[in-house]
Amino acid sequence: MSFINYSSREINCKIVYYGPGLCGKTTNLQYIYNKTAAETKGKLISLSTETDRTLFFDFLPLSLGEIRGFKTRFHLYTVPGQVFYDASRKLILKGVDGVVFVADSQVERMEANMESLENLRINLAEQGYDLNKLPYVMQYNKRDLPNAVTVEEMRKSLNQRNIPEYQAVAPTGVGVFDTLKAVAKLVLTELKKGG
Amino acid sequence: MGTQLVMYEEEFTKINAVCDRLTKDANAKVVFLVDKNGQLISSAGQTQNIDTTSLASLTAGNVAAMGGLAKLIGENEFPHQFHEGAKDSLYMTIVGSRVVLVVIFDNRTSLGLVRLRIKKASDELTKIFESLVKKTDGPGVGSPFAEISDDDIDNLFSE
Repeated sequence: MSFINYSSREINCKIVYYGPGLCGKTTNLQYIYNKTAAETKGKLISLSTETDRTLFFDFLPLSLGEIRGFKTRFHLYTVPGQVFYDASRKLILKGVDGVVFVADSQVERMEANMESLENLRINLAEQGYDLNKLPYVMQYNKRDLPNAVTVEEMRKSLNQRNIPEYQAVAPTGVGVFDTLKAVAKLVLTELKKGG
Repeated sequence: MGTQLVMYEEEFTKINAVCDRLTKDANAKVVFLVDKNGQLISSAGQTQNIDTTSLASLTAGNVAAMGGLAKLIGENEFPHQFHEGAKDSLYMTIVGSRVVLVVIFDNRTSLGLVRLRIKKASDELTKIFESLVKKTDGPGVGSPFAEISDDDIDNLFSE
């Protein structure tokens, strides 16, 4: 649910990074934060536990520039991936404009990926959203690990609808901005339709 | 999907005026108005040393979490929240079930006065948001983005 302010000529959109625990959602945000110019970003807020696991959410505001005189801002959020934080995940999906699903490519995390994707679908539906109608992209993260399953395999399990997909290694930034740009574009295209 | 929040000049001016007046009447340090989804709508008072974007997002997170707790115990929500600090305190009120009014104040005023002034401001803001919703739902209001081209979107990512 974007916020358009005609008076200050601003438009704000909310993008949520979703995925199973330790798949690299926070790492995506940290990389974006580290690589963007100071004037285009705000503070990266992480509400995490002492062991650096996301407790509630991470938040990073980004300015992308202007479209037809409107300042375009994106608010990036991550959800806590661990299964038992489901109540918090639901809250963060409120008012979402676009979703990035970060999948962990390691073979032993495939089940967790599928479970998390199903959880995303259910939690969105509870708020009246349909994942099939929402701007949504897929990121296959941790492609550098030796136990990564093939992209074909991941596609078969997680992306049968053939939505835009990106291969990534979040700590080194591979695929991170491609993913962000793709979802931001989809969100803006949706706004154009009057979404 | 819920309706998106659209703000127009007329209502924006009125909202800013209410926030300004509340700051003075309550003798508060800062007043914020935040959308429940974490977007900052308006701010008044000594905002220069505060990261307003972060404040808006954390306020929304807090209100959402407390709302979740409320439902667990059979309440619809907790419309008022008060957090007392050593020097500064914070009062949050949900307005028109859509936005959150946040007042930050210190010992130059009292909780009683802040609550009293919030009540009045909250009623005024409710009316403004009601008219805003009517306007947004009314005919002839399209997305300002209806006119943009794919090139406009591509240009954002050209660098």
